[in-house]
Amino acid sequence: MTLSPFLRRLGLWGITALVMVVLPLLLRQGFALSMLSQMGIAVIFALSYNMLLGQTGMLSFGHAVYYGLGAYFSAHALNAIGAGKLGIPVTLLPLVGGVAGLSFGIVFGYVTTKRSGTPFAMISLGIAEMVAACALMFPGFFGGEGGIATNRQVGSAWLGITYGPQIQVYYLIAGWCLLSMIAMFALTHTPLGRMANAVRDNAERVRFVGYNPTRIRFMMLCLSTFFAGVAGGLGAINYELVTAENVGTVVSGNVLVMAFIGGVGHFFGPIIGAVLVSFLQSALSSYTQAWLLYFGLFFMVMVLFAPGGMASLIMIHAPVVRAKRMGTLALPYLVSGLLALVMLAGLVGLVEMIYFLETGAEVGKPLKLFGLALMPSTTGPWVGAMAVMLGGAAAFAWSLRLVRDAWARVHAYLQVQEGL
Amino acid sequence: MEFFVVQLLNSLSYGLLLFMLSSGLTLIFSMMGVLNFAHASFYMLGAYFAYQISRYVGFWPALAIAPLLVGALGAMTERFGLRTVHKYGHVAELLFTFGLFYLIEEVVHLVWGRAPVDYRIPQALDFAAFTIFSTSYPAYRVFMMGVSVAMLLGLFLLLTRTRIGTIIQASLTHPHMVEALGHDVPRIFMLVFGGGAALAGVAGVIGGNAFVTEPGMASAVGSIVFVVVVFGGMGSLAGAFVASLFFGAIQTYTVAMDYSLLDLAARLGMGIAADSPVRGLLSVSVAQTAPVLPYLLMVLMLIVRPTGLMGTRET
Repeated sequence: MTLSPFLRRLGLWGITALVMVVLPLLLRQGFALSMLSQMGIAVIFALSYNMLLGQTGMLSFGHAVYYGLGAYFSAHALNAIGAGKLGIPVTLLPLVGGVAGLSFGIVFGYVTTKRSGTPFAMISLGIAEMVAACALMFPGFFGGEGGIATNRQVGSAWLGITYGPQIQVYYLIAGWCLLSMIAMFALTHTPLGRMANAVRDNAERVRFVGYNPTRIRFMMLCLSTFFAGVAGGLGAINYELVTAENVGTVVSGNVLVMAFIGGVGHFFGPIIGAVLVSFLQSALSSYTQAWLLYFGLFFMVMVLFAPGGMASLIMIHAPVVRAKRMGTLALPYLVSGLLALVMLAGLVGLVEMIYFLETGAEVGKPLKLFGLALMPSTTGPWVGAMAVMLGGAAAFAWSLRLVRDAWARVHAYLQVQEGL
Repeated sequence: MEFFVVQLLNSLSYGLLLFMLSSGLTLIFSMMGVLNFAHASFYMLGAYFAYQISRYVGFWPALAIAPLLVGALGAMTERFGLRTVHKYGHVAELLFTFGLFYLIEEVVHLVWGRAPVDYRIPQALDFAAFTIFSTSYPAYRVFMMGVSVAMLLGLFLLLTRTRIGTIIQASLTHPHMVEALGHDVPRIFMLVFGGGAALAGVAGVIGGNAFVTEPGMASAVGSIVFVVVVFGGMGSLAGAFVASLFFGAIQTYTVAMDYSLLDLAARLGMGIAADSPVRGLLSVSVAQTAPVLPYLLMVLMLIVRPTGLMGTRET
């Protein structure tokens, strides 16, 4: 069955919308709902970031500036609505954030987009540090250390929507998320989106055909700051608190990591990245204190071995799936995956034992890990963990050969297919 | 006057310390095109290594061993990390060092904890060197300046008087030509990366106990070092030197000045109403602007002169 590209795309968006509607009904715990809300915000933010990194080739270390400022302006607007000074419905509040992000995007973007490549990255970092420092300088607007608290249950309820229960906030976020996703996807098909890709690939040739790369960078940055601001506005509604950390470098680094892990080369990459990273952050942080370390290691492994992110890992399998040859890869993948888990278990054991000692655990109390009670004060567990890690690493390195062989067979098959 | 002279000495020692970091960073950046995000992490590692080593064998051996360890770590980073991602382009390299920065911070959390460690200046240097007016000036600061100047002199001689220095200098301006002449550029990269890391390590050893040795020290210094490199101009050691001293001075002087535009207005006889909307903006004191000032100056510099103070090229 072949569908026209338009219908297929429509179907994909329909499925996305359906998933977003149904998910909170399946996962009924409050924890899941707040995580889904967080994911929705992260998806918009990461996609807006990828308009810079993936589509225009601009590596920014300060995208949180626009997210955070959007959040601050939204929080102030929300408070103004509460005080009866402003008459816009809460549903449209993210627009306030978007316009705020866009305004600062125009001002800062004018300065930053004059340069590209590494200098752009450095200037974006400089501006981020500047705004972060300003956030503590002007407590009137930024609320100092405590931040700006707000209340989303303001204005008149429309159709009984007060945004009191989290489920209503989730659907608000989901709606804005879907709209933003469609808008940002549509943008990639406009002449501007195409020229942005050209600027990324070869700015000089863009100049030859009569476009101004600086202007294209500027326009893309402005549009991306709008969506970052929308995400910020949703953040203000969701958390009802905006602190100076929102404009800080940690948030900027986070969105970069999301987009990169997901994959900057494909439109849907940052969506995967945002969902995965948000999930890992909530899930890992409740299990271990060392989660940032694991997370950093994960990021480094991706940078070193899969610079195209999750999306590229998925996409290289698309032709294999189409040729129905996944069976060849399945067994090697399974073996490698299990051995990687063994190696990881050893590493986790070591790290957790170090943390256990570092955080001053009570003497004589064991560390519970993988259903074992380990005594880090004795040498046994250390030798064991080390052996598991090194043995796992050696076996994993060996199993990679299986994967490589399987891939060689699949490639040979695909080439024959193409030849026919 | 006393304030001025004491702060001058402080800013000089801080500026020289900054140059030990920025010189390595600018060398690496100009040669390899890699902005090493983790450069200040090597500074932090220098401080922590020195702390650990000095607990066993004292400060003086640590002064030599810690930078060597950090340098070796830097060389390994280049050899096994950066060289692997090099084929994916500059963005991947930048992201690699960015990840390394986070990873090193987390490892420091893991090994030494989140609180500052008790890394003290050695007993032998814990006395007052001389007295200016009524302030006695600590000998350790003088020692810091001495070490910095010795290191910089060594760097200068290495770059101008030796063969490898000549090649490095040539790589700053004509990297492709050097490659074409048949020099093993990847090996030079590794050496420069290791050397730059070692220099940052020295700065960490002597700076860690003068200031505070804590996990946040890398990000605190790192962004300033970036500013210094951009402000001074890419590929210009002289520019980095001037910018280091300049920002050393700016940071040292401004934090001690508690004046604001509001004071100025009052002195000029202009009263600003207490409920005036501009009052909040005017009451910001010079000391409060200290964290913003370097970044503001950097952005202004890039608008006025994109190559930086003494840089000859834009990227």
